[in-house]
Amino acid sequence: MNIFGKLSLDAIPHDPVALAGVVFMFSAGIAALVALTYFKLWRWLWEEYLTSLDPKKIGIMYIVVAVLMLVRGMADAGMMRLQQAISVGDSFGYLSPEHFQQVFSAHGTIMIFFVAMPILFGLINLIMPLQIGARDVAFPFLNSVSFWLFAAGAGLINLSLVLGEFSTAGWLAYPPLSELQYSPGVGVDYWIWALQISGIGSLLSGVNFITTIFKMRAPGMTLMRMPIFVWTSLSSMVLVVFAFPILTATLSMLALDRTLGMHFFTTDLGGNVMMYVNLIWAWGHPEVYILVLPAFGIFSEIVPVFSQKRLFGYTSMVFATAGITFFSYLVWAHHFFTMGAGAKVNAFFGIMTMVIAIPTGVKIFNWLFTMFRGRIIFSSPMHWFLGFVVSFTIGGMSGVLLSIPGVDFELHNSLFLVAHFHNMIISGVLFGYFAGITYWFPKIFGFKLNENLGVYAFWCWIVGFFVAFMPLYILGMMGATRRLDHYDASMGWQGLFIVAGVGVCIIGLGVLFQVLQMYVSIRDRKKNIAGADPWNARTLEWSVPSPAPMYNFAHIPHVYGRDPLWARKQGIEHHEPPYTDIRMPKNSPLGLLLGLFGFLFGFGIIWHMYWLVPAAALGAIVCIVVRALDEHTEETISAAVVERIERANPSVTV
Amino acid sequence: MNHEPKFHGYLIGYLLSVALTLIAFGLAYLHINSGHLAFSHQFLVYAVVALAVLQLYVQAVFFLHLSRHPEARYNLVSFIFTIFIVLFIVIGSLWIMNNLNYNMTADQVDAYLHKEN
Repeated sequence: MNIFGKLSLDAIPHDPVALAGVVFMFSAGIAALVALTYFKLWRWLWEEYLTSLDPKKIGIMYIVVAVLMLVRGMADAGMMRLQQAISVGDSFGYLSPEHFQQVFSAHGTIMIFFVAMPILFGLINLIMPLQIGARDVAFPFLNSVSFWLFAAGAGLINLSLVLGEFSTAGWLAYPPLSELQYSPGVGVDYWIWALQISGIGSLLSGVNFITTIFKMRAPGMTLMRMPIFVWTSLSSMVLVVFAFPILTATLSMLALDRTLGMHFFTTDLGGNVMMYVNLIWAWGHPEVYILVLPAFGIFSEIVPVFSQKRLFGYTSMVFATAGITFFSYLVWAHHFFTMGAGAKVNAFFGIMTMVIAIPTGVKIFNWLFTMFRGRIIFSSPMHWFLGFVVSFTIGGMSGVLLSIPGVDFELHNSLFLVAHFHNMIISGVLFGYFAGITYWFPKIFGFKLNENLGVYAFWCWIVGFFVAFMPLYILGMMGATRRLDHYDASMGWQGLFIVAGVGVCIIGLGVLFQVLQMYVSIRDRKKNIAGADPWNARTLEWSVPSPAPMYNFAHIPHVYGRDPLWARKQGIEHHEPPYTDIRMPKNSPLGLLLGLFGFLFGFGIIWHMYWLVPAAALGAIVCIVVRALDEHTEETISAAVVERIERANPSVTV
Repeated sequence: MNHEPKFHGYLIGYLLSVALTLIAFGLAYLHINSGHLAFSHQFLVYAVVALAVLQLYVQAVFFLHLSRHPEARYNLVSFIFTIFIVLFIVIGSLWIMNNLNYNMTADQVDAYLHKEN
């Protein structure tokens, strides 16, 4: 047996566009390594971040990786827009069909699994423990393992650029195209194992956060006093725990088909292709709500603060969240109305889809009523919110339109659908996450982001979004299907495709403003010192110093109602007892090692290096055993250190 | 914590699980070895499914500590939620797939067309 399995020098891409990507990635990587060595940052990076079990540090790492992946996903988007703008009639653009298919598959996979999911986990790590008055998550080491498994998956996706190829089967890899018979290369295997490994990380995070929310709330923080962001995080994590096992099982069956020659989803020997579509969407639809619910939670935190008024309809917000959680399991068939089910099935799932729009509408009205007669401050998070309300409502209406099976038969797999889900995910999920990052940035780093540049970035994003995606709605109506790498000039689509391309450029300008915003804010950080409570906010995370210390709370707070910080600022008595020692978990490199073994495990299967697979599995088991036998996993932060930190960055006291 | 799980609880759960698995395996073995004569094929299927559900119950009680103690309330609620979700997905999938088979399988379509004519 060859120790390199299927791997040989032929795996390095030859096509010039792909080669340019490889060269760019390598030079960026080498530049980063040189910079770290030159500024002597290795030790700092290792001790402060890579081995840290502090959820705030882990959260920052999630978001940094997500932003890097966002850049790659946007580059893919730009490549597709350019190809579709020029590949008309006699011109075939600059991408081969094969490469174009890899690009759209990578774009979807990266944006959902390696941008949206990590920002979500990052924000929950950063904020949720602070909001419930906890010093840590329930399982700090597991948290680190989750992050590194996610990083291993992200590593595999990026490796596919350099070694071999990526899947050409779209972001959900429908068989029979994704089966061995039609995709004999390693592309689909990269897709499967990147998702499997990071998916296990997601599942572990889900368990971790649910336990944290149920078991580690401060005294007095009853369920109905939790901030809405905690509620939506809880619902989102419940969805993760119930939905991700379906994804894992489905991908395992596809992997068994491809690796061991089984026939779950083949077209012959008893396999059923339609079962794959059914199962993948039984996970896929809850996934949409996994992403969007925490964004709703972020808006529910931002709107009251910047309207200077308490949230309208807290109870209805909680029930709407729970309702969405429940109904999100009853709508999955609307993704395949055209697969051939009868009128009864399609009607049921169509009606359920319309029903789920109701709790979402309840939320929109709650936010609007919160603003009503409030003293609104038009900060940049509030801009993201207002942009969200307008564009998300349009996207919601196009969604209800698509939920009518008859209309769906007309628009299925057209660019109308593509416009619809980008409308939901960009203006719902991404705007929400941007608002959250801007809002909570001072709590994590101690200084505010530049407001003007944030507002410029917002305007570029919202204008760019409409310019890029409204043409796609129209093109969809005109019959343009998704994933086209070439079309005939007589279709008359080129003008609209060019307009959409211009839209992507405007969004790119928005990203440029965001990079500039980060640069200017870091440069001027001494002038933008935030203090504990820069926004005059209402919840507990703003009662501690900024940046939040590693132990979060010097004294575990007692909670007497909703919006506890607001109540305290209104003069409810609060006294500071003397500082005491605090026990916190020690750093551990084992999470990183486990991630590394996960990466090698996936790499071994993808390239059929069968000696590597058990070796990596053994390494992972050894890591777990070593960790389980370690009895000295905590260290003490002395009262004197706590006092010094608390005096350096004062918390809110009244 | 008064309701801390005890070792003998795990042992009983383990022995019951092993026993139920062996009975199911034994029934299938007997069925094949007796040349499909000991009992009907249908009986075997129902028996194995019943044993599986019984084992699910055993594991839920002994390993997942489902009970009506106040501390186990969260376990019970999440278990019921799990059952709901599993039912949605299993029944929904069966319904959808049967519908697809009815509409999509070639001979069914032929039969349907003949009936129409």
